[in-house]
Amino acid sequence: MIKFEKVSKIYLFETEPQSRRPPKSVAVEGVSFEIQTGEFVSLVGRSGAGKTTLLKLLLAEEKPTAGQIYFGKENVHEIERAKIPNLRRKIGVVFQDYKLLSAKTAYENVAYVMAVMGAPNQVIESDVHDVLEIVGLSERGHHFPAQLSGGEKQRVAIARALIHRPEVIIADEPTGNLDPYNTHDIIQLLIKIHDLGTTVILATHNKEVINHLGKRVLTLEQGRLIRDEQRGKFIL
Amino acid sequence: MFLALERIILLGWEKFSRDKSSTWAALIVTAVVVFMFSSLLFLQGVSVFLLSRLENSVDVSVYFAQDASEEDILAFKERLLPVPEVKDAVYISKDKALEEFVALHKNDQFIVDALETIGTNPLLASLNILAKDPGQYPKIAQFLEQEAFSGIVERVDYKDRQNVIQRMEELTKGIRLVVLIVSVGLAFIAVLVAFNTIRLTIYNSRDEIEVMRLVGASNSFIQGPFVVQGIVVGVFGGLLTFLFLFFLSWFAGPRFESFLSGFNLFEYFTSHVFLFLALEFGVGIGLGVVSSVVAIQKYLRI
Ligand SMILES: Nc1ncnc2c1ncn2[C@@H]1O[C@H](COP(=O)(O)OP(=O)(O)O)[C@@H](O)[C@H]1O
Ligand SMILES: [Mg+2]
Repeated sequence: MIKFEKVSKIYLFETEPQSRRPPKSVAVEGVSFEIQTGEFVSLVGRSGAGKTTLLKLLLAEEKPTAGQIYFGKENVHEIERAKIPNLRRKIGVVFQDYKLLSAKTAYENVAYVMAVMGAPNQVIESDVHDVLEIVGLSERGHHFPAQLSGGEKQRVAIARALIHRPEVIIADEPTGNLDPYNTHDIIQLLIKIHDLGTTVILATHNKEVINHLGKRVLTLEQGRLIRDEQRGKFIL
Repeated sequence: MFLALERIILLGWEKFSRDKSSTWAALIVTAVVVFMFSSLLFLQGVSVFLLSRLENSVDVSVYFAQDASEEDILAFKERLLPVPEVKDAVYISKDKALEEFVALHKNDQFIVDALETIGTNPLLASLNILAKDPGQYPKIAQFLEQEAFSGIVERVDYKDRQNVIQRMEELTKGIRLVVLIVSVGLAFIAVLVAFNTIRLTIYNSRDEIEVMRLVGASNSFIQGPFVVQGIVVGVFGGLLTFLFLFFLSWFAGPRFESFLSGFNLFEYFTSHVFLFLALEFGVGIGLGVVSSVVAIQKYLRI
């Protein structure tokens, strides 16, 4: 359902004239792979290997320098600007830094996604309630992000990513800021979501997590895909 | 469609009521700008009032010969009124002139004694002529000094004041120009300051806008609440200024009346209340909407 074809991304930026650094950085180079519906795929690599860049390319947040990316039958970078929100509504995203709306309560953060899509109020109410229960936060709906712990914030973020029943959930280092207990909870939650039929893409550099999962692993090194294994281990 | 609009309005209200620091900042600068524009309106009112008073205080007086009869003078007035440059002519009879003269000098014993000694009324009847425009006095004076009137007209009291009139005319034009330039300049600066403040509050929301984009919000759904917030800020800023001006002019109106040669700020405010309302809400809402729309464009790239 997701296909990367020889994708490269080179960031160009300004440097001071006397700087030794080249005015560009190769984030992703010649990456090709395919993900089937219902897979659980981990994206592994050191910091700076290009994991986030790959996910941004899939979300049409960045344009590839070369290559094609398909979501279903659609070529992601041929979608008109105005239709990009529709693509994003098919994908739920979870970030390392949660990216919750700080001026909204947990409940409102989750409800916002459905409001954006024009769901009727009653549906929003019952769905948000259900999803908060799935992530174990039904009691904390009226709290603002600043009143929640890291693990709780990440669970709100997962609830938000789930609420509109997206085909794919992308989690970019969702446990990067969490202690081992919360990490375990969040990964269990992702496994549960996967078991319910959603495709999951997890970017991480957490060795325990990968080895515990025992699922497909794509390993990136300096922007290149160096390994693609069905029951992968964390090897760098 | 309707649901989306309703949600945008609710989200905008939520922003307004929760985002206290940026709401206050925006509210204050909006109120200041609205206040500036309202002051311009007052300034305009005062200057028009004062200038028209100045212009009206300039006139040409025609003094009639001792032996001119009242009928002749009134007939003269009838001939004068149709002249296009003439706005009005006020007849002051000999008796009236004496009355005013006595009233003016009632404390000056020497003059009172002198009048009694003369026994008759030494003053001349006159017409006070008002032009439509101060520039037209020379023309009117010329008309009055024609040979045809020499039998009845004793003298035209204009030459003495010709300088004053001309200077006043220049001054009038000058003041209007300076007021206009200063006003426009100040208003421009105020708008810039307000625009930048609002831009800053939106800049502070850039992460939030980013998140909204990532969860699939369309541009109008992101921008809408900011615009609504701008409108609400504009309405409250306008209302705040309106109330402030009401009490300020109510307080200052009578106290500054003599200083402004009879111009009452409060009367001006109440007699132009709809103009003030329109200006305050127009400027407030316009500023809120335009600056939030312009400022947010930058963060709406996909
Ligand atoms: N906006 C950007 N401008 C310039 N270089 C960038 C930008 N974003 C990422 N990079 C570079 O691209 C490379 C890959 O980054 P990233 O995809 O964030 O890695 P990861 O998520 O695996 O840690 C890094 O070298 C990073 O410095
Ligand atoms: Mg990253």
